[in-house]
Amino acid sequence: MSHSVELQHVGMAFGRTRAVTDVSLTVQGGEFFSILGPSGCGKTTILRMIAGFLQPTEGKILIGGRDMKGLGPDQRPTAMIFQSLALFPLMPVWENIAFGLEARGVAKPARKAKAEELLKLVALEGFGERMPGELSGGQRQRVAIARALAVEPQVLLLDEPLSALDLKLRQRMRAELRALQKRTGVTFIYITHDQSEALAMSDRVAVMSAGVLQQVGSPRELYDDPATPFVARFVGETNAISGRVISLDGGMAIVETAEGRLRGRIGHGLSPGASAKLYVRPEALAHGEEGANCLTATIDRIDFEGAFALAYGRLENGIALIASIPSTELASAPAIGVPASFSFRDENAVVLPDE
Amino acid sequence: MNELYRRFGSGMGTLFLALVAIWLGGMVLAPNLMMIDYALRPNLPPADIGGPRDVYSLDNILYLANESVHRAIFFKTVWASALVAFLTLVVCYPLAYWLAQSATPNRSAVVLLALTIPFWINEVLRTLAWYILLAFRGPLNALLLSLGVIDQPVRWYGDVGVLAGMVYAYILFMLFPIYNSIESLDRSQIEAARDLGASTWRTHWRVVIPHAKAGIATGCVFTFMLAAGSYVAPALLGAPGSRWFTEIIYNWFFEGGDWNRGAAYALVLLVLCLTVVLVTLRIFRVNLTDVAK
Repeated sequence: MSHSVELQHVGMAFGRTRAVTDVSLTVQGGEFFSILGPSGCGKTTILRMIAGFLQPTEGKILIGGRDMKGLGPDQRPTAMIFQSLALFPLMPVWENIAFGLEARGVAKPARKAKAEELLKLVALEGFGERMPGELSGGQRQRVAIARALAVEPQVLLLDEPLSALDLKLRQRMRAELRALQKRTGVTFIYITHDQSEALAMSDRVAVMSAGVLQQVGSPRELYDDPATPFVARFVGETNAISGRVISLDGGMAIVETAEGRLRGRIGHGLSPGASAKLYVRPEALAHGEEGANCLTATIDRIDFEGAFALAYGRLENGIALIASIPSTELASAPAIGVPASFSFRDENAVVLPDE
Repeated sequence: MNELYRRFGSGMGTLFLALVAIWLGGMVLAPNLMMIDYALRPNLPPADIGGPRDVYSLDNILYLANESVHRAIFFKTVWASALVAFLTLVVCYPLAYWLAQSATPNRSAVVLLALTIPFWINEVLRTLAWYILLAFRGPLNALLLSLGVIDQPVRWYGDVGVLAGMVYAYILFMLFPIYNSIESLDRSQIEAARDLGASTWRTHWRVVIPHAKAGIATGCVFTFMLAAGSYVAPALLGAPGSRWFTEIIYNWFFEGGDWNRGAAYALVLLVLCLTVVLVTLRIFRVNLTDVAK
């Protein structure tokens, strides 16, 4: 079993700028763990603290139960894959992969054998003598992974390594990374600002905003049960309707809004009388009047996305609304410019107090 | 060429080409051809010039080959210039690395400015500063005496003085090419090497130096050429035992009045410098075009 990574009240300040504030979380050994957040949220700072490039100004980082205080990146059981990949352009692929072994004084035949083995693992057999510049983006990606795995790290740290690839390749690399992680059993900590990437690959995801940890959970938990308004908005598309909580009962909250009384599940920290928003996903909105939760919106445009279409409209008080319509039901889609009714089920909406 | 005409029109295009041609022809080609011409002719009284004795021969060059003192000074100049280039590299590489990769932008701006300011002053005056510093009763000896490092003043003029003066004089020619090439190195490559467990030494040897190779070669070529052709530092900071080949050339022209032999000596120096440079570049597998950049 690979090492776990534990952050205890970790904080980081650069001079007077706070990058990370009081983050505590535990990544289990052998887990694919993502840290998700917009750029500048402190996720790369966290990764660099785990790697040892930065020492936290507060708190502790434990890897495999051992305090990493004062240890540099070369003394930690971690390996990092950089956003730019940072392959050495003047060394052939096999020397790139074997560089960590070279640094550990492994003899050349053993290095070469290990490089061959890793090239096989990442499906690049026979590429050892090429130069990194001769490889495609996806191939370079795999070389970077092989180079990091060559030092047999307990924890692999990935800093948005897929961001430079085109969409198709990115989707394929996601599956490859995921499969590789399961096969090797190494703990992966993956940094991304792309929520679909985080949701698709990870066992668990931590969401960060402005240096503060918002929520840690499985992709389904984050999507279905966001703990904060930030998570509700950042992970997936959502509609937010403001109102005031009238009552809580049987796990459901009733909110008085400009659209009438709406019902949704009770979110974290909600109390009666609080000003709150009801969050409902576009795919939870169905065209037509059914049940108690009903919204009337005028549709401005419908964007066809392939498997589904997104209808962009406005509620009577001008608030934007997005509804997802499966492509198979486009024939009965609402007409543009005409008020249409949308309804949703109580359990598909969540009510969270305003911050 | 077509691009030049397309962009600037025929008038301006022709003007640019003419300027380049005048530059190359008048300032590079003609002086060198004249030097070769002088070198191959004997030194004759004005009456005999153009006469039957005025024929091409290798006599002036052969004179150098047979004159053992001049020959020794010649080879010493070559290897001492290589030593200057090497010492300048040793001084500049860590500084260039620090400026390009470690220093904050503000600090590196201040240091670069501080390094540049002395070069606003004429080379002769800068060398005179060293002349004062290294004097027998000068500040360096006074400092070392007061620290107890030496108990007798040292005569610095000579080989040490010449080396110090030249390393100082050519520091920027070495620093800037290396600084530029190290600056273009992606920081994450250094971090990746460190993350993979490489020592500082290995990171430099395997990652930074190969990347900066063209810059290092450029700096070494510049410094070597400038040192081999240097006159001021050996003239001011040298001693009779540390004569430089340029001083011999100077003497032929201005003391001996034999321009032909002077030209022959200069030609030999030029050819040998070019050879050293081309061989060095070949060994380090750097193209001349990389250096020109």
